[in-house]
Amino acid sequence: MTKILMCPPDYFSIDYAINPWMKEGNGCDLQITKEQWNSLVKTIQSVGGEPVVMDAQPKLPDLVFTANAALVYKKVAVISRFRYEERRPEEHFYADWFRNNGFIVSLLPEEISFEGAGDALFSGDTLFSGYLPRTDISSHSYISNMLNIRVISLELVDPRFYHLDTCFCPLTDGYLLYFPQAFDEYANQAIETFFPEEKRIPVLEEEACKFSCNAVNIGTHVIFNKTTDRLKNELRRKGFQPHEVNLSEFIKSGGSSKCLTLKLD
Amino acid sequence: MKPSRTIEVEGHIFDSFILQKILDTILESKAEYLIEEIKLGKEKTSTSYARLLVSANNESTLKDVLDRVKKHGACEKSDESVLLGASPKDRTLPDGFYSTTNMITEILLDGDWIPVEDTAMDCAIVVDKANRRSWCRKLSQIKQGDSVVMGHHGIRTQSIQKQQAKQEFSFMDSDVSSEKPKTLVIEKIAKRIAEIKRNGEGKVLFVLGPAVVHTKSQQAFTQMIEMGCVDYLFAGNALATHDIEAALFGTSLGVSQKDGSVVEGGHSHHLRAINKIHQFGGIEQAVAHGELTTGIMHSCVKNGVDFVLAGSIRDDGPLPDVITDTIAAQCEMRKRIKDTKMAVMVSTMLHSIAVGNLLPEYVETICVDINPAVVTKLADRGTSQAIGLVTDTECFIKELAQSLQRELKDDQNIDVSTGLL
Repeated sequence: MTKILMCPPDYFSIDYAINPWMKEGNGCDLQITKEQWNSLVKTIQSVGGEPVVMDAQPKLPDLVFTANAALVYKKVAVISRFRYEERRPEEHFYADWFRNNGFIVSLLPEEISFEGAGDALFSGDTLFSGYLPRTDISSHSYISNMLNIRVISLELVDPRFYHLDTCFCPLTDGYLLYFPQAFDEYANQAIETFFPEEKRIPVLEEEACKFSCNAVNIGTHVIFNKTTDRLKNELRRKGFQPHEVNLSEFIKSGGSSKCLTLKLD
Repeated sequence: MKPSRTIEVEGHIFDSFILQKILDTILESKAEYLIEEIKLGKEKTSTSYARLLVSANNESTLKDVLDRVKKHGACEKSDESVLLGASPKDRTLPDGFYSTTNMITEILLDGDWIPVEDTAMDCAIVVDKANRRSWCRKLSQIKQGDSVVMGHHGIRTQSIQKQQAKQEFSFMDSDVSSEKPKTLVIEKIAKRIAEIKRNGEGKVLFVLGPAVVHTKSQQAFTQMIEMGCVDYLFAGNALATHDIEAALFGTSLGVSQKDGSVVEGGHSHHLRAINKIHQFGGIEQAVAHGELTTGIMHSCVKNGVDFVLAGSIRDDGPLPDVITDTIAAQCEMRKRIKDTKMAVMVSTMLHSIAVGNLLPEYVETICVDINPAVVTKLADRGTSQAIGLVTDTECFIKELAQSLQRELKDDQNIDVSTGLL
């Protein structure tokens, strides 16, 4: 069973705006938010995932987005250092959770921003890491040396896709779901080098804006927010089973299913 | 001449096309580059490195291009401010921490070089950013959340003192050899000790092994103590135990100090000596009660020599004054090393290496042993400033005591003649 760290949206709200999706005062219906989150939990369980739940904390609305807790590799958790002041208080809750749950907690230098699995995703043994909006490229060589892994740096150029996991989703068997326009030409060149054409599943802008790349992949299952029939059919053709969960309340905050989860193994 | 700067970039810069992007950015910005060095990562997982000289027609273009490539990880060499990481928990350092040498070290913090205090090798550097101070700290002293220096950027070390120390003993080089004029060397050491005391340059530390007692050199050493030439004494249980054994029973390890014969039942004397000290609660108390009236430890107590006795697994007893917690012993030694100017280590390989690990490079270090391998070992383990003297313990201690006597007598003569006494 794939263990997945999640945090319930008990204190979820939009108290500040740190990405183009967030609009202060854009109220979220807490009841609907909780229903959507529970529905995601059930879908994950139905495809063989095992959600592990950490406690929500008052005044930390974005703690719900556990993808930004850390980069997890084997039993090491490289804790995030958030770009924005608003999210920095989350760091020690995440660090404590990993420390108390048997992980080796690793911290990056204080001056380096790095937003965990939001900006760092494995495809096989290679880590792909986004940089510029939220993560500093200097974190990449640190992580590479620290974990002894190859880290490919990908520049994000569209402010709407401020984290790598909003536009890039490695899938089982070397497939990749991604939105090419979110990257600069050099990043696209790197992506094309690592993922042969038959393995790449590009999404359209409309799909990217529905957070279709912000997907949870467990085996051949792909869980994401409501998307287009085109993309679902495309995934089916490649041997995947798409599962839609309405996550509209979280999208107001710039996150979807992937942002709400963090694979622990 | 065109303005230019050196920049560096590290990472999977080829696989990510980052180096290509940096080079293109430089050219697009109407600047030029010269690749000074490229190191390719050997393994798939290893990072590559490039150093470039970037030049432009004017400073403003150059600044613009440097700003543009910085976001892709290419930084100016001079920008290498120290990087800080937080300790994830007590006694645990963040991966990639900087491990210190015993040289004087400074770190670049927000544009200023600040000294690293408590210089010692094999430590991490803990930084108090608010108060702009930093210290070498052993792993055992690290607390969760401590700000620790990472990597190698923004750190500089100086090795000037080593050169100075070598000059003092310029007739000796680092090669350990028994083919040295020992009397001259010992005179030079005595001169230097007298000079340190005369000028108030710092404290003189002796690190002694039990051979000092086995060779019946206690009396000569106590003379040095009485002359005020010994500020600190570091040793183990054995030196103190056999010194007390000699004071109480006239033997050292059961061997008579009078005639060198093996005394019947002498093998238990050191245990009886330890037991006796336990009866009084400690060496100082035994001296106070008039039980311990001669020897090195007695003289230390009487003359206020600050001693640290550190324990080890093979210790009998040990004496109540022996610190058996090695971390606590290290701490006590480090406190005293702060103002130590010279360390003289005599006939103790283990304590010499242990103390050597705690000494900053600027502490003038003399290592005396009959076995040349001891000095070599000390240097090999990082105490490169150590100057070796291969000689017998008894000869060294006695000769040094006599030389010091002459030195200090000369001092007195000078002082009297100049009316400064």
